[in-house]
Amino acid sequence: MKVRFHDVSMRFGDVEVLDAINLDVSEGEFVCILGPSGCGKSTLLNIASGFLEPAAGEIAIDGVRVVGPDRRRIFVFQERGIFPWLTVEGNIGFGLFDLPESERRARIAHYVQLVGLRGFERAYPRELSGGMKQRVEVARALAVNPDVLYLDEPFGALDSITRLQMRSELLRIWQAERKTILFVTHDIEESVQLADRVVVLTARPGRVRRVVPIDIAHPRDLSSVRYLALRDEIFGEIGLAHKI
Amino acid sequence: MIGRSRIQHSTFNIQHSAYPIATAAIVILIWSVSVRLTGTRIFPSPTAVAKGIAQLAQRGHLWSYTVDSLARVAAGYVAAIIVGIPLGFLLGWYAPLARAVNPLIQMLRPISPLAWMPLAVIWFGIGNAAPIFLIFIASLFPIVIAAANGVRNIPPMFLQAGRNFGLSTPQLMLRVVAPAALARIAVGLRIAFGVAWLVLVAAEMIAVDSGLGYLIIDARNAGKRYDLVIGGMLLIGILGLILDTLLRRGEAWLSERR
Repeated sequence: MKVRFHDVSMRFGDVEVLDAINLDVSEGEFVCILGPSGCGKSTLLNIASGFLEPAAGEIAIDGVRVVGPDRRRIFVFQERGIFPWLTVEGNIGFGLFDLPESERRARIAHYVQLVGLRGFERAYPRELSGGMKQRVEVARALAVNPDVLYLDEPFGALDSITRLQMRSELLRIWQAERKTILFVTHDIEESVQLADRVVVLTARPGRVRRVVPIDIAHPRDLSSVRYLALRDEIFGEIGLAHKI
Repeated sequence: MIGRSRIQHSTFNIQHSAYPIATAAIVILIWSVSVRLTGTRIFPSPTAVAKGIAQLAQRGHLWSYTVDSLARVAAGYVAAIIVGIPLGFLLGWYAPLARAVNPLIQMLRPISPLAWMPLAVIWFGIGNAAPIFLIFIASLFPIVIAAANGVRNIPPMFLQAGRNFGLSTPQLMLRVVAPAALARIAVGLRIAFGVAWLVLVAAEMIAVDSGLGYLIIDARNAGKRYDLVIGGMLLIGILGLILDTLLRRGEAWLSERR
């Protein structure tokens, strides 16, 4: 077991945000945490990455309790997380300060290539589109070779076409690098497109409502019967009739 | 579209240089005519001021006074940067410290730097230290406040990312906090310089016998040389404009990199 959530609860003042979350994530697994706004899913990710301390319970990675942030587990924000004063190269190499220069260069080049930003190495974030900024942030996270990635609605600020492209990019990268991924989203379609398992949380306080395994091989056909069935199952789980 | 924007650009450039020159010419003309029409014997004409400045240049005072003034402003200003930026960082970083110290800063800040003059003379006596101290006090507050605000307003995710990649607190300061706060600090530095330059004249009216501020007060006291009073004012204004322009350029360059 890579990541184990054991009875994780959280409260902010009098507000109970998370209630006894239990979840096991295996090595190399892609897990989406899905829930309505304010259900505490981002809080859960912040606890897992060590930025917040849970009110009760604990999270263990490889059997070791998480007590703070660690560069083996990188948190990816929406595009605003990259440093505007650094170039694409500077951002991707940000976490590589203790590597020798040659190794640093090689890693940067590798990840620039992996996320498809060749030719933009010297560009500043303000010169990039939203999707490109997000690629920079993913590359910056991958460059330090973490074993877990936490993604907090990483494509939330992108337009719908770019979002679709970024999802398939992320899957390609995940298949190449085999990281364990915890991906928070409120987008049902997104979760069914990406995840091995979708963890559906309830409204606040967040509890695990159901865990839905997505037993479709990649690349996924978004009009296949199985895809639509799983998607509608989750829609139903959240209490939404799939009609407008 | 390209052609159009080029035309606009060149129009803008003409406005940029020609209009201010025209304005200056008109002001000098009005000044000259008014002096002649009123027949004043106190207020000098533009030519008299120009002659006065030329005379200063001949005696070597123009250069030495300017250098002395610049050196004093530089000393006080640089000292304020050296003290102010770390102090601002501390206040921006440690919220409890800011809460404890802020009322004191907000109380001291509205006191005109000139109110420190008697104390400056008591503490530092006659010489360069007193005016440098006044310039230091004047430019310190804008720098401290800008640095503290710059640090306090850093988006939390930058700090979080820095921590996540394993930076120690000093590394975080150097690699995240400083660059993230830089643009705001640059604005504070420019404001502080404006205040420092403003205080210069008054600062040089005490404790020293050189500099552009001294020139003004000395010209008035020794022989009512109003041509030199006006000349000194113009020199201070022109130098201030040049230095402010340079700082603005620096600021624009910094914010462009963001």
